[in-house]
Amino acid sequence: MELVEAIILAVLAASTPLLIAATGELVAERSGVLNLGVEGMMIVGAACGFAGAWLTGSILIGALLGILAGTLMSLVFALMALGLAVNQVATGLALTILGVGLSGLIGAGFVGERITPAVHLAIPGLTNVPLIGRVLFGENGFVYFSIALIVAVWWFLYRTRAGLILRACGDNHVSAHALGYPVLRIRTFAVMFGGACAGLAGAYLPLAYTPFFIPGMTAGRGWIALALVVFSSWRPGRLVVGAYLFGAVTILQLHAQGWGVGIPSQFMSALPYLATVIVLVLLSRARTGGSTAPAALGTVFVPDR
Amino acid sequence: MRKSLLALAAGLLLAGSVSAASAADKLKVGFVYLGPIGDLGWTYQHDLGRQALVKELGDKIETTYLENVPEGPDAERSIEQLVRAGNKLIFTTSFGYMDPTLKVAKKYPNVHFEHATGYKRNPNMSTYSAKWYQGRYIQGLIAAKMSKSGVLGYIGSFPIPEVVSGINATILAAQTINPNIKVKIIWANTWFDPGKEADAAKALIDQGADVIMQHTDSPAPMQIASERGKLAFGQDSEMIKFGPKTQLTSILDTWGPYYIERVKAELAGTWKSEDTWGGLDSHMFTMAPYTNMPDDVKKMAEDAQAAITAGKLHPFKCPIVGQDGKPVECKGGDHLDDGQILGMNFYVKGIDDKLPGK
Repeated sequence: MELVEAIILAVLAASTPLLIAATGELVAERSGVLNLGVEGMMIVGAACGFAGAWLTGSILIGALLGILAGTLMSLVFALMALGLAVNQVATGLALTILGVGLSGLIGAGFVGERITPAVHLAIPGLTNVPLIGRVLFGENGFVYFSIALIVAVWWFLYRTRAGLILRACGDNHVSAHALGYPVLRIRTFAVMFGGACAGLAGAYLPLAYTPFFIPGMTAGRGWIALALVVFSSWRPGRLVVGAYLFGAVTILQLHAQGWGVGIPSQFMSALPYLATVIVLVLLSRARTGGSTAPAALGTVFVPDR
Repeated sequence: MRKSLLALAAGLLLAGSVSAASAADKLKVGFVYLGPIGDLGWTYQHDLGRQALVKELGDKIETTYLENVPEGPDAERSIEQLVRAGNKLIFTTSFGYMDPTLKVAKKYPNVHFEHATGYKRNPNMSTYSAKWYQGRYIQGLIAAKMSKSGVLGYIGSFPIPEVVSGINATILAAQTINPNIKVKIIWANTWFDPGKEADAAKALIDQGADVIMQHTDSPAPMQIASERGKLAFGQDSEMIKFGPKTQLTSILDTWGPYYIERVKAELAGTWKSEDTWGGLDSHMFTMAPYTNMPDDVKKMAEDAQAAITAGKLHPFKCPIVGQDGKPVECKGGDHLDDGQILGMNFYVKGIDDKLPGK
């Protein structure tokens, strides 16, 4: 019983940064922009988030700084890829390289420092309920926020006019432009949202997950978030499934190793990737069939004026 | 890709500093690092060694380092860059630099190379490493004394001989205190991923382990153990800051004395290709202060450290019994020989787990 609860808590902790970063990237890609710089925006968010929290003692200020840093990074991308119509793939990769270097520079003075991590919710009577108490009522703000965020994004994309316009830009920027929508401005906002989410996901790492800063601490999570967006076929619901599935298999394979089930650890380490890909591919086959990628994803748009 | 770019940038900086100092006619010593010097672990300790070197011989030498140099073919360019910049003695500080170092060494016979933790040598290329399993043995003794549950948690990086010999040394020591001690092993399949290392530590603790040991590089497991009120050992570096009430001790890599010795030999013209595998007696590593334990455990640890240093106690003293129940051939007289330890690919009896790939 206690072990099950412990495993669920660990899964939530491991999945949350993936979910937040992937949610942001999903919105950007739905508007037609492929930003491969998630890892770079995340690591800068981590460095700035930690710096903010360490200097002010406030996790909230740290998180906000992380969001700000991620947004600024995404503006660099927007300037290049949207403003100057540079190739999006190359710009995104460059953004990651820039982010890794920049975060090392920003974080250099904070390596080896520690902070008090984000507090967990505690409601007397509810948080102590066995099995579900701590899962539902004992998490930190990041976890609740990530769930609210993906619900809000789903509602925005499918239930609002603005969301429809954003998706239109991603599917056919020429038509959207012809209808009079400011494609580049909409895409810039989408990219900024993606940057803000990546920055927050990065800040989560030193503020809640492992409360210290070390260069390179994102360790490839930005790339996993990117892959999750593709395998979820750009749908928020499947993204949630994918992110939690990836986290769950990651944690379960660690436990399986501890129990000594005798399966080679190399295979176990590959399992989260395998399981996530297989399940999400099956999910997308079961429904509509065919590619659901935004039709204009990654293509450069220069309005004809 | 990003790392090579950093290396390139560092190389440009290096090129700038070279012209300025060439007039001084100092010996130039180069270092190639795997991680950032701020990694608080492996690379950080190598850089402390370099700093000790500068402090001791700073008037006669000039040092340069390249950080974040990826292992594999890319490393070759970085090493060659140091050669072209006039470095006469170059330390390459990670296992994966072995072949690139050898390749460059063959190309430049007049430059001397020192490669850490590898096994390939050349007339102008030495190797050096440390017998960390000795430290692991001491940790095993402490762990068995301090564990209330009788279950130790071990986070491994990759199932290579260096890590496997560490696990075996730990359990052999622990068995001398508590014959029924259990060890749970989780392979992270990475040297560095703070989040994953933290998750592994959580899993081990949730499964009943109350002393955590790691062979991965970040202080995350120490921090988790501290959060959960358990005990842990640091890795490579002093990690007590991350667990003031948690760290029992830590194996501290101390490369400084070796670097000073080798550079002195180079200055005197007596440098030659050697294979150095230093133990506690050579001060290639030391143990961090024994903390968070009662005095009798501390004394036991200090006695064991003294005995190993004096050569009276060997962690792999025969008979060593493998998992299959058969004794392992004893090639070193009354203990396993260096080759057996350097190539260790089996678990000893008492480990319930299966070694990956076996």
